[in-house]
Amino acid sequence: MKAETPFVVVEHLAKHYRGPGGWRGAGRLLRAVDDVSFTLAPGESVGLLGESGSGKTTLGRLLLKLTEPTAGSITIAGQSLAGLRGQPLKAFRRQAQLIFQNPFDALNPRFTIGRCLREPLLNAGLPRAEQGPLIERALALARFTRGLELLDQHPHQLSGGQLQRVVIARALILQPRFVVADEPVSMLDVSVRAGILNLLRGVSRALGLTAVYISHDLSLVRYLCSRTLVLYRGALVEDAPTKALCNAPRHPYSQALVAAVPSSDPAQRRLPLPLVASTAEAPVGSGCRFAARCPLVMPICRTEEPPLVAVAPNHRVACHLGLPAA
Amino acid sequence: MLLEVEDLVVEFPTPGGPLRAVEGAQLQVPAAALVGLVGESGCGKTTLARAIIGVMAKGARITRGSIRFEGRDLLGLPAAERRRLRWRDIAFVPQSSMSALDPVYRVGDQLRRLLRVRGSLAAPAARRRAVALFELVGIDPARLGNYPHQFSGGMRQRVAIALALALEPRLLIADEPVTALDVIVQRQILDALLELRQRLGIAVLLVTHDIGVVAYACDRVAVMYAGQVVEEGPAATLLGQPAHPYSMGLARAFPDLAGGAAELVQIAGDPPDLRQPPAGCRFAPRCPFALVGCGSPPPWQLRADAGVACWRQDEAASLRLAAAEAANWSRPDEG
Repeated sequence: MKAETPFVVVEHLAKHYRGPGGWRGAGRLLRAVDDVSFTLAPGESVGLLGESGSGKTTLGRLLLKLTEPTAGSITIAGQSLAGLRGQPLKAFRRQAQLIFQNPFDALNPRFTIGRCLREPLLNAGLPRAEQGPLIERALALARFTRGLELLDQHPHQLSGGQLQRVVIARALILQPRFVVADEPVSMLDVSVRAGILNLLRGVSRALGLTAVYISHDLSLVRYLCSRTLVLYRGALVEDAPTKALCNAPRHPYSQALVAAVPSSDPAQRRLPLPLVASTAEAPVGSGCRFAARCPLVMPICRTEEPPLVAVAPNHRVACHLGLPAA
Repeated sequence: MLLEVEDLVVEFPTPGGPLRAVEGAQLQVPAAALVGLVGESGCGKTTLARAIIGVMAKGARITRGSIRFEGRDLLGLPAAERRRLRWRDIAFVPQSSMSALDPVYRVGDQLRRLLRVRGSLAAPAARRRAVALFELVGIDPARLGNYPHQFSGGMRQRVAIALALALEPRLLIADEPVTALDVIVQRQILDALLELRQRLGIAVLLVTHDIGVVAYACDRVAVMYAGQVVEEGPAATLLGQPAHPYSMGLARAFPDLAGGAAELVQIAGDPPDLRQPPAGCRFAPRCPFALVGCGSPPPWQLRADAGVACWRQDEAASLRLAAAEAANWSRPDEG
């Protein structure tokens, strides 16, 4: 992977929010994303894994330039996102697409499906003659075989699985090279969820898409992504091939995440969760942010933040335990 | 048997005629057991759970069947008697814990009021019990003075469980108690339920759509589809050797950490419109193994300590082999 020119380069990326100036938590600094660096190879599918509030959605929004970073830089296909405006920004918007979490909210209820799909084409200023073939192609990618009758229907006439396939078709219609999918199946029913996962995996392979899947579900990431980035309270704590992460997680937080996944195999016995029950969160900036919940905590963890270092090829971990003794 | 539901029918009036959200459902919950009720949204699992506690959505009517709790038919009880049972013997943790808690009162006040009014405890005893309940579900009792919005989702779910446990019920019905929670929090809530069962001997009916949750926590499972319980049995058997094709599909629809990269099973099609359900087996239109005979309703058949409603249950072993192939579930036309 190192030999290829990376498609996405993220360096020291940070996004901080200032808490509202109310009576509670006034002006408190929230580090949603804190000094995150990684690269994505072209065509790579990567999972962003973390609990709610870990900054995974903020990171996804930064990658699509839907919000501006506080510090750091993002380069996609050789182009820095900082200061992008005008025509280059428009070109970037065509190249990079978001797949929404909730298909019931993502489509305008007053538009027909045809209009929903046409909207990005109109925004891109494509002539009408080019629109038809692109719509047909996108419908085929989303595995709609009776696409043409669908075009005259409204979102309320479709099931959740069909709606999510429309959302995916719309995201792919401008032939992007980069997609970010934020919890793409969490709003869907069990029996249709598998179909959407199969579809996402199929199209990203077929089109060679560079894809980022945001999820809190490791089994889903395991299915879709060859590599996984684990976020904890805004920081990247582990970056590993997904298989290695599932089989031998190195960071204690990753270990807890893997242990917490309920297995559908009833023969797998229940192991205690390797976590210290704690609700006290140490302020970020004084040592490892996982220290309060870490079962393997050492004195150094409370004072010094561990750097993200390579422990194996393509495998980085931010933990004092992984470091050779100083 | 602590709870026995037999042939239950729950109807909703709709402009297009009555809709039977639950149609002839059976369910058994042994004492001190954790029973999972699984199915996709709209299959009637929440309606069934609400029928058991006797707090149904507006307009819903039970038109047939029985619900027996410790041998007593709940449906035949006078309203006042039913109310006495509710919360004292059968408590409920609703799907959205935020809606279970009144946002303008401190959680401790809500808990103490419940203990004083329904539990007839004096103020000091209620205070002590509230502290004990918070410790039981793993929350610092110092937080009794907090308002619901000051808790995270997982903590609120624990508060809702503490409220449900306040009167030491025999049966706790928890509707999707861990859905939308992070895996670690989810695991902690499930562990709390398992521990409560161990310590207090309460039975739990866990309504969920997540097979993984069932595999982790439950002793028995009932699978619902389109208003009917289509299969019921011990969790290990039902998940390991499912007898109903719908259960077979569900079990293979989830990515598994150990399962690797095999193609997931997608059950083609959508659940039926309950205003016009299929005449025979309700799963037949989506079932890859449906035969002509599936056009009439399959009877509920008991084998050992499990039950299933499928015409081809004798062939379950060979159907399971076929169901393991994702290709057998796909249809050429998905549109």
